[in-house]
Amino acid sequence: MLERLGLMPAQASTMAFQVDLLYGFLIAVTAFFSLLIAAGVIGFSIKYRRRSEHDRTPHIHGSNLLEVVWTVIPLAITMVMFFWGAHIFVTLKRPPDDALQVNVVGKQWMWKLQHLEGRREINQLHVPVGRPVKLTLTSEDVIHSFYVPAFRIKQDAVPGRYTTTWFEATKVGEYHLFCAEYCGTVHSGMIGKVVVMDPADYQAWLAGESTSAAAAAPADGGSGSLVASGKALYEKHGCITCHQAGSVLGPPLAGVPGSTVALQDGNSVTADDEYLRESILNPQAKVVKGFAPVMPTFKGQMSEEQILQLIAYIKSLGGDTAAAHGKTGS
Amino acid sequence: MTSTNYLNADYGIWSWLLTKDHKRIGILYLISITFMFLLGGLFALMVRLELLTPAGDLLTADTYNKMFTMHGIVMVFFFLIPSIPAVLGNFCIPLMIGARDLAFPRLNLASWYIFMAGAVFTLYAIFTGGVDTGWTFYTPYSTAAANTKVIPAAVGIFINGFSSILTGLNFIVTIHRMRAPGLTWFRLPLFVWAHYATSIIFILGTPVIAITILLVAAERALQFGIFDPTLGGDPVLFQHLFWFYSHPAVYIMILPSMGVISEVITCFSRKVIFGYGFVAISSLAIAILGFLVWGHHLFLSGQSVYASLIFSVLSFLVAIPSAVKVFNWTATLYRGSISFNAPMIYALGFIGLFTIGGLTGLFLATLGFDVHVHDTYFVVAHFHYIMVGGALMGYLGGIHYWWPKISGRMYPEWPARIGAAIVFVGFNLTFFPQFIAGYLGMPRRYHMYPPEFQVLNVMSTAGATILGVGYLLPLTYLLWSLRYGKVAPANPWGATGLEWQTPSPPPTENFPVTPTVTEEAYAYAHRAEPEYV
Amino acid sequence: MSDSHVRVDAHGYEYAHQFDSAEHQHSASQLGMWVFIAQEILFFGGLFLTYTVYRYAYPAAFAQSSHHLDVTLGCFNTAVLIGSSLTMALAVHGAQLGRRWTQVIFLVLTIVLGSVFLGVKAIEYGHKFHEHLVPGPNFVFDGDAAHAQIFFSLYFVMTGLHALHMVIGIAILAVLVWQAWRGAYTPGYYSPVELTGLYWHFVDIVWIFLFPLLYLIGRHH
Repeated sequence: MLERLGLMPAQASTMAFQVDLLYGFLIAVTAFFSLLIAAGVIGFSIKYRRRSEHDRTPHIHGSNLLEVVWTVIPLAITMVMFFWGAHIFVTLKRPPDDALQVNVVGKQWMWKLQHLEGRREINQLHVPVGRPVKLTLTSEDVIHSFYVPAFRIKQDAVPGRYTTTWFEATKVGEYHLFCAEYCGTVHSGMIGKVVVMDPADYQAWLAGESTSAAAAAPADGGSGSLVASGKALYEKHGCITCHQAGSVLGPPLAGVPGSTVALQDGNSVTADDEYLRESILNPQAKVVKGFAPVMPTFKGQMSEEQILQLIAYIKSLGGDTAAAHGKTGS
Repeated sequence: MTSTNYLNADYGIWSWLLTKDHKRIGILYLISITFMFLLGGLFALMVRLELLTPAGDLLTADTYNKMFTMHGIVMVFFFLIPSIPAVLGNFCIPLMIGARDLAFPRLNLASWYIFMAGAVFTLYAIFTGGVDTGWTFYTPYSTAAANTKVIPAAVGIFINGFSSILTGLNFIVTIHRMRAPGLTWFRLPLFVWAHYATSIIFILGTPVIAITILLVAAERALQFGIFDPTLGGDPVLFQHLFWFYSHPAVYIMILPSMGVISEVITCFSRKVIFGYGFVAISSLAIAILGFLVWGHHLFLSGQSVYASLIFSVLSFLVAIPSAVKVFNWTATLYRGSISFNAPMIYALGFIGLFTIGGLTGLFLATLGFDVHVHDTYFVVAHFHYIMVGGALMGYLGGIHYWWPKISGRMYPEWPARIGAAIVFVGFNLTFFPQFIAGYLGMPRRYHMYPPEFQVLNVMSTAGATILGVGYLLPLTYLLWSLRYGKVAPANPWGATGLEWQTPSPPPTENFPVTPTVTEEAYAYAHRAEPEYV
Repeated sequence: MSDSHVRVDAHGYEYAHQFDSAEHQHSASQLGMWVFIAQEILFFGGLFLTYTVYRYAYPAAFAQSSHHLDVTLGCFNTAVLIGSSLTMALAVHGAQLGRRWTQVIFLVLTIVLGSVFLGVKAIEYGHKFHEHLVPGPNFVFDGDAAHAQIFFSLYFVMTGLHALHMVIGIAILAVLVWQAWRGAYTPGYYSPVELTGLYWHFVDIVWIFLFPLLYLIGRHH
């Protein structure tokens, strides 16, 4: 009802209802205390209005008991708010294992998305209803933020690193997609829509011909899956030259994603998506133990989308299909 | 006003520009920040006019982006942060503690000149092209992508920071060392406690924004790569450094206002404050806890879940001392003798609006909720409730309360009450719809928006017009009162406090003989009759 | 300070009108300088925090970059600065005892040592320029250049800010030399010398942190 009055956005994800429920609780607490204070202020103002210049007032210093009461009760209520909000937040930070993977790259001033199967979109995201979808986000330039009010989700897309979020859409329909971190001239034009479809319609869309949006894809040629595109890049840039088993030039990559890597300087690091990205762009930063710092940098030779494709391919090398489908160590 | 007072003790522009009198310096600040307030208000008007329609049809996108940026920079750094401390704090603190001046009068004057220098750089940036980074200067947009006058604006803010720091330094030493005999810490007016806590934040927080904005300028000018992701720099580090100051900064903006409210509520209830010790210590608690919560601005930045959890808990804790104050002020009204002069109307309005603003802060501290409303108009509404509904109402209430002392004239009471009411109504109409727009999903800093947000935006702009009228009223009648207002006695309100024991306006030396304090603050019940000297 | 604003207390010492005695004035000034130093700690603190974050993230690049700094010159400068703190303390002592020539000589020595420090820093900066280690388009580094640039950005900002504080300190010292020579500082009024001493010692302590953090990373290997 509130939605039809234009006071609330659509409730179109599994989390939306939970967030709205929490909102209701917060409003109730706010209304209660606001009315309490208002009643106190207005009531006392009327009842104790000045009758004459000779009014005398009692010297009431205070009451330690009252101070304790009105410290402890708000503290208790705020802790309820904290735990409730934290619970929702932690859930939002833990995508289910079977989530569909979509890569998102923000740039001034558009959203570029690519599904695991390879289908690209610009400023639109098609998803099936009833399936969790995990987004891996980054930016090519400045900080952007991917915001879908109907799902109650938002996540900053930060250049130089990967962030993630997930949702499960519950209602077929079209919903606003906004950029929610100021990014320059066309910040308010960096908008689009999320199209939630029946699963069958979604499969049909996924398999469909390239749309004009996909025709604007970068020139790595393929409209194949992330893994296939990544493989093409792997071959094009000659990664296999050094990264094969037994080579002294570079470590083999099968099984690396998610594992712990020992570094030349004695430290060790978890090979998450950001480590893989950094190793491609700035290979001198974390040299693997036992190898010389001879890997060239591929900065400027690959776009952020292409790096994500390459990472998907590297994850598929171990034969670990779960990794290839987006379960990351990030 | 035939006797010698600080206004007529000396004449000529140089007697003002080279003054060491804290009262004259307060007036210098009053003029400067009023100008900056009007400028910041003009930018706000442009923003609200553009937002009347969904299309971006009044201003270009770049111009709009400059408008909200400069509105924020001018209002935060050149109006709100100095406002009460530099005007009312400077004027009243020595009087309230029975001193002849602050500890360092020349440093006080230097603070004003530094403020003006910072303003010059910033105004230069504004009038030679503008800045469009948002007042938050997030990197890498501000360091690499923006092509506006970022460096002069950054330099202006950097310089202005030292004005704050020196004011805070002056207040801390003054409050420690210059109290009259008998004026122990727990006999101090709560206005002084509030400024002491504020000064701690000035000293410990401002240097961090100074170095941060300097690094932004260095990165832009010299291509140092500290926040540059292409060099392995971390743009989120900027956010940590920025908010480490800018969150405590909001307590700089509200604490002095809370100090005003304590003075006004007690005077116009003619009653001792309920829970003096708790209200005093809560100011310190807010200042200290306020340094521990900055990460709640970074919940969605990619920072770790654990960090977000900790900052969320701490953000709830910092709300508690504010709640304690609100309860104590309300309890002070109980069995008081309440009169509704303009300062009291501002103060009572403050209590209502600050309560709503503060409670909506809890919404934002709630992690799962913040995900949805971060960077939407919900946040904009929240902070305007505190800064405008709270801080600015307190400032206006304080200006009216001490106007007789400052100017020697009474302001006209009925226009002032009407002005306060107009401000209250206009304010709510401007900002309450923004809570709704925010939850509905309207992001901040949007030049154009989908049509379903229009009704709320039109309401907001209508309210802003009314609010503007409410602000113009005091500007006119206060100036009018300088010539035509009733001559004020030393203590027109019958208030306690040393500032009311000296003539209105005070002589340059404040007190012919340093007073000795023998009773607690707000000892109204111990007075036989109100003392309207 | 115009004459009407100066008062004389029971001991014959002058003080400003807002205070009650010279001792009151001295006590307030001292507190003021400590408060100022507190904010200076936070001012440099932002840079130290940034340094800490990046060193933790890129230890190899920081260690490698640090080896490009001249430890000999750094050690020499550290000794010079500590020496200047000694001469400053002796100058304060001289002021407290009202010994005019003691003050003047040690203030001048402090200026000389501070200037030597700045001279050495200028030489080091010149070396960095020639070695293409100044961040920006001309930066060249054999290794993890991206993160080395961050190290050197921090190097220049931190030592540059420190050097700026030294320059300001030397300027103040020059004024103190002139005033001390005129006999302005006596047992009844020596707080300008004492407070400048506090400031100078603080700037020295900042260097004592900067030196190992910038010059001595991984030197024990």
